[in-house]
Amino acid sequence: MANPILVLAEHLRGSLTEVTFEMLGAARALAQSTGAPVQALLVGSGVEPLAAQLGAADSVLLVDRPDLANPSSEQVSLAAEQAAGKTGAGLIFVAGTNVSTGIGTLLAARAKLPLVNFCREIKVADGRPTFVSQLFGGKVFAEVRMAGDRGVVSLYPGAFRAEAGRADKAAPVERCDLQAPPAKVRFRRFVEPETGDVDITRQDVLVAVGRGIQSQDNLALAEELAQVLKGAVCASRPVIDQGWLPLSRQVGKSGMSVKPRLYIALGISGAPEHWEGMQSSRLIIAFNTDPKAPIFDGSQYGVCGDLLDYVPALTEKLKARSS
Amino acid sequence: MNIVVLLKMVPDTVEELNVGADGRSLDAEFLRYKLGDPDEHAIEQALLLKEKHGGTVTLVALDAPEVDDVLFTALAKGADRAIKLTGAESPPGTPVLAQAVAACVRGVWNPLPADTLILCGSYAIDDLEGELAPWLATAFEIPLAMVVAGVQIEDGGRKAVVTREFFGGLRGEFELDLPAILGIQSAEKPPRYVPIAKVRAAMKSARIDSQAAELPEPPAGLELGRMAKPEAAGHAQMLEGDPDKVADQIIEVLAQQSLI
Ligand SMILES: Cc1cc2nc3c(=O)[nH]c(=O)nc-3n(C[C@H](O)[C@H](O)[C@H](O)COP(=O)(O)OP(=O)(O)OC[C@H]3O[C@@H](n4cnc5c(N)ncnc54)[C@H](O)[C@@H]3O)c2cc1C
Ligand SMILES: Nc1ncnc2c1ncn2[C@@H]1O[C@H](COP(=O)(O)O)[C@@H](O)[C@H]1O
Repeated sequence: MANPILVLAEHLRGSLTEVTFEMLGAARALAQSTGAPVQALLVGSGVEPLAAQLGAADSVLLVDRPDLANPSSEQVSLAAEQAAGKTGAGLIFVAGTNVSTGIGTLLAARAKLPLVNFCREIKVADGRPTFVSQLFGGKVFAEVRMAGDRGVVSLYPGAFRAEAGRADKAAPVERCDLQAPPAKVRFRRFVEPETGDVDITRQDVLVAVGRGIQSQDNLALAEELAQVLKGAVCASRPVIDQGWLPLSRQVGKSGMSVKPRLYIALGISGAPEHWEGMQSSRLIIAFNTDPKAPIFDGSQYGVCGDLLDYVPALTEKLKARSS
Repeated sequence: MNIVVLLKMVPDTVEELNVGADGRSLDAEFLRYKLGDPDEHAIEQALLLKEKHGGTVTLVALDAPEVDDVLFTALAKGADRAIKLTGAESPPGTPVLAQAVAACVRGVWNPLPADTLILCGSYAIDDLEGELAPWLATAFEIPLAMVVAGVQIEDGGRKAVVTREFFGGLRGEFELDLPAILGIQSAEKPPRYVPIAKVRAAMKSARIDSQAAELPEPPAGLELGRMAKPEAAGHAQMLEGDPDKVADQIIEVLAQQSLI
């Protein structure tokens, strides 16, 4: 039987995050071809009740201590290193999310294990996994193998099906302790999301602007279009980082997840981190000057051209129609 | 404060990226390099901290095409010193880069002064083997925070209080004792613009220190196989014509779907 696969369960504010089930599902699929048992590792304070949801694993290792409330990435990586040592884990799955980023690399660096980042797919041939990683913002994929049978894999959120990692049954739970010095990074408090003027998660129509909008002045074009469609304007990260719109309007990995009936993307390339937040939109229409922009791959309709030329015409015709 | 910013040049994805003849690296022919967005924010955050608390900003970057422009631009914005590490034939992976950068930093400061804050971009698009910041945190055995979007200095420069991004706009505040290393996701303000005339002036008045990089062997354990461009699962129906004609087609679609 192959070495166990250790899945580092991710949780925030008392709930397991979706990526935990995605990782468990990926581990189950791999275990099916290699025969490896799947172990989940849950690290935190007062997290024991969450263990019952990790039934897709064959067993759950629990490190539950008061000083691990909102643990630092260093504490979690130490716990994972010790748990893996104890169980003889081969592969360790960590989430490639904002919450968990850093844990996998700390673990690999200290335990001198190979690490594969940005993993979107796992293929198995002759009982050996090949990891498919997304590089350069999704423009290139690389196939990577590990020379030995131990290593850390950081799984890209949203790339694996979460349903495959949910189970009605519970798995046996084993408590473990952690040998660790006091944390070097201490949690202070949560900072709640700014409640912006509009809640973009509740809009039927969103006009989204990306770096292709080029200047803050051009935002008026998007505002006008949104107004005739009775929707709101949201944006990709670079636009928010420029300070042109408040954080509450950001769509994507670090921002909001939206599912409007209509999403009009203006000058957005369609990076995976942006897709993550808007892929459930019912109808996507994209404007982009680059015929090869990835946003066109997932949209229903596309317009290849300068948004500055196309958007005013659309707004005018919509206005004329509604008056 | 002793602020050190580690910069990593990455392929500009605005250009078309092609896989080279060996099937496992990028075709260098049309490759252009730029700083990743998070690195631009790391520079900005460093300058904001210097303006508020005083001190110096030192930049460390591995030699790469376009890196001189990047370093002179940062010097023109207010950084104090730039070190360029030379000798790498092709871009090494992040673990090797981390060792080279760590050796350089140790050559300048050993031990690290107590008020040292090391900043780098939270991630880079080619971090196949992990991010730079955690590799360095392990090398220096100092505290680390990732996905940082705000930095305050407290206790007269002994402590950093950082805001980390989670998701859905939720953030968390953490404190770290200095020296520490931060992976910056975004600075508190957008990266500043510097006029080209100031960059030209910096090219005349400032200099870039070149040093031979200490480049260890890459860690064993990973076998890079085939690289390929993704195959699209689907594609949009493209609407053709002048702006008026395209508008008519969109309006038809919206009307069909009862969106207008
Ligand atoms: C940890 C992490 C978290 C992230 N979180 C988020 C997130 O929450 N949300 C998010 O959006 N991104 C996020 N990103 C960033 C993401 O990777 C991309 O960098 C970002 O989505 C790109 O934004 P963009 O499409 O606006 O810009 P670009 O990629 O620069 O694309 C601009 C596009 O506009 C087109 N264009 C230019 N001019 C015009 C014109 N005149 N008319 C029409 N088209 C034009 C160009 O062809 C190009 O395709 C995150 C990244 C990481 C790693
Ligand atoms: N006027 C323009 N027309 C078309 N594309 C542009 C224009 N200005 C910038 N871009 C593109 O917008 C993106 C962001 O560019 P930049 O603002 O230089 O970071 C890149 O894809 C550029 O090629």
